[in-house]
Amino acid sequence: MIEFRSVTKQFPDGTTAVQDFSFVLPSHQTTVLVGSSGCGKTTILRMINRMVEPTSGQVLIDDVDVAGQDKVKLRRSIGYVLQAAGLLPHRKVVDNVATVPMLNGVAKAEARAAALELLDLVGLDRSLAERYPRQLSGGQQQRVGVARALASDPNILLMDEPFGAVDPIVRADLQVELNRLQRELGKTIIFVTHDIEEAFTLADQVIIFKKGGVIAQAGTPAQILADPADDFVASFIGADKGRRDLFLQQREGDRGLTLVVDGDGRPVGVLEPGNAPSRPGATA
Amino acid sequence: MSWTLSNLDRIGELTLNHVRLSIIPIIASFVLSIPLGWLANRNAVLRSIVITGGSLLFTIPSLPLFVILPLIIPTRVLDETNLVVALSIYGVAIMARSAADALASVAAPTLDASTAIGFSPAARFFRVELPLAGPVLLAGIRVVSVSTIALVSVGVIIGSANLGYLFQNGKQRGILEEVVVGILISLILALVFDLIIVGIGRLALPWNRDKPLRRRALAPTPLPHDSEAPVLTGASR
Amino acid sequence: MNLLLGALAWLVDPAHWVRGSQSPLPIQDRLLEHLAYTAIAVVIAGLIALPLGCHIGHTGKGRQFVIGFTGAMRALPTLGLLFFLLMVFGYFLSFDTAPLVGATIAFVILAIPSMLAGAYSGLESVDRQTIDAARANGMTEWQILTQVEVPLGLPLIVGGIRAAVLQVIATVTIASYAGLGGLGRIITSGIGLNDYDLILGGALLVTALALVVDGLFALAQRATATRGLTDSKAARHRTAASRSSRPPTRENA
Repeated sequence: MIEFRSVTKQFPDGTTAVQDFSFVLPSHQTTVLVGSSGCGKTTILRMINRMVEPTSGQVLIDDVDVAGQDKVKLRRSIGYVLQAAGLLPHRKVVDNVATVPMLNGVAKAEARAAALELLDLVGLDRSLAERYPRQLSGGQQQRVGVARALASDPNILLMDEPFGAVDPIVRADLQVELNRLQRELGKTIIFVTHDIEEAFTLADQVIIFKKGGVIAQAGTPAQILADPADDFVASFIGADKGRRDLFLQQREGDRGLTLVVDGDGRPVGVLEPGNAPSRPGATA
Repeated sequence: MSWTLSNLDRIGELTLNHVRLSIIPIIASFVLSIPLGWLANRNAVLRSIVITGGSLLFTIPSLPLFVILPLIIPTRVLDETNLVVALSIYGVAIMARSAADALASVAAPTLDASTAIGFSPAARFFRVELPLAGPVLLAGIRVVSVSTIALVSVGVIIGSANLGYLFQNGKQRGILEEVVVGILISLILALVFDLIIVGIGRLALPWNRDKPLRRRALAPTPLPHDSEAPVLTGASR
Repeated sequence: MNLLLGALAWLVDPAHWVRGSQSPLPIQDRLLEHLAYTAIAVVIAGLIALPLGCHIGHTGKGRQFVIGFTGAMRALPTLGLLFFLLMVFGYFLSFDTAPLVGATIAFVILAIPSMLAGAYSGLESVDRQTIDAARANGMTEWQILTQVEVPLGLPLIVGGIRAAVLQVIATVTIASYAGLGGLGRIITSGIGLNDYDLILGGALLVTALALVVDGLFALAQRATATRGLTDSKAARHRTAASRSSRPPTRENA
């Protein structure tokens, strides 16, 4: 688990990005940090692998303070995916995925073989392995980015708005893929996004932030949807317009169909028998 | 200091001549590079012709160029015109690239809007594109100015009477002071020209004043050798 | 036209390539001298400028200095610098070695700015997000420099070296005027003897040398730019976009 103890971050130009943040991010779950730009969520994420150092407070992974560990080693043991994938353009896809194992001294052939398996895992065709990143689409590049992050088999996966730069259809696909992966691997995923829908799609636990890294509300999607803590949260999740409270309706002439409507009576869908998957991408 | 004081009028003469020889190439570079820059932006083929051509000319070292030029234009090696043409060629080679980039840097939406408002193509060029390309052109001219002033002194080898004479004479007669004075005046001239050009820029481009110097403004000006992005080169040839 | 033919005839005349002839002949000796002076100066300047430029490009500190320095150096008159150094060294070195040492130092000084600027701008041209990702993946600063920044910045670095080499070739030509060897000797001898064949012949040789060297470097630059790099326009747009969206937090080195 990852613990933040009274963490504050003030940048040299005076801005306070994070003010006294304390939280425990549970292991083997997906926690999504969500909020508008500049609320400090990325800063908090980057304090886990020491890309940003806290001005005060502590960050602990499994009860060990990260400040005491060697930065480079720490980063090699944590997977990191960012928005533009950040792949090395002058290396082939397979070499990109094998980056961290090779840094750790694994033999090239071995690392490459493992990389190919990871490409399978993220749903990429092995024929892409010998290509260069620029020859791949945005969505494919992101998958490579995820494969790279998983290469050293880290316990923790940090993801900073990784699907922000791809179009909505591809994004939906990638979200499903991520959920499927998480089913299989059970990593501790800390995911940053500004999109509340994405947060609800992926999260076991959501933390909604106000400016300065201040927690507006933390909880499961259902808890937040059912009971927004204040007006800020309500407007952020779109509950203030009555769109988040759903009701069942049976109208005349519908011949037994049950309509699902929102708080204003707008039809959203139809009630189906049986259970939906617990989340997108999970097998029922 | 003694040598300097007793030769002030000679130094003054040479300096004036140096200034005279520098001004024409600088102005010629500016004027000629604009049509070339415009051409270069028409299509990729023209761009590579203009830029490769400029690059090739810039590659030819100065002394050989002074010597080869009389074969092509009706001057003799020792003519002053020869020197001025050679310097202008270097200046144009530097500026053409700059001008091409400058005109390319004017935002397309701005150009679209001007046409929509009703500017004719010519008016749009002179009253919108050119002024907006101004800052980059300005940076290019500053490079040309400095390079030209430094290069003029090489002309002493083919008999031109300029500050280079101080270097040559100083070495021949063993007067180190003379050489140092020559270098100092050369540097001062470069500085003065630069200030004047920047001043003209401030007057001509008033919207550019008080802009915080962004990274791009501080970026080095591309010289003819770069295929893609800016590289600064050192002194003249 | 006759002059040109005369000079070309002079150049291909085998008598002018005979070993042991009197200066300014044989041609190949002058050519080798020219290349030797150039190579030595460029190597020395490179040992100073390239590491420094890489350091500035990697850390981002000293940008102002580089820009100011290269701008100022451009104002330095080559002939003046050359003669100044020759005279200074003439005071306390022998008649033979003074020109060599003085001139070489002048060449080095003139070669440094281009290579410095090339190294620095090459490293700066690398996408900040790529570097950030590399750092977050656990590359040490040295690994980032050698595995990411330098390979990706290579075209510009080579461009800087290219400009420096041509700068030195040009200056070596002039240095012959101060008593050094090299192809410029042919030209200056020609001026002294009033032999236009020599003058033009020498000029053509130097020009040919410069164009060939430039061409080779252009090929080298192109070669270093392949291997999966995006075309420059897309890269520039991406770099600009990544710069404006989020300042990379640089707390990590």
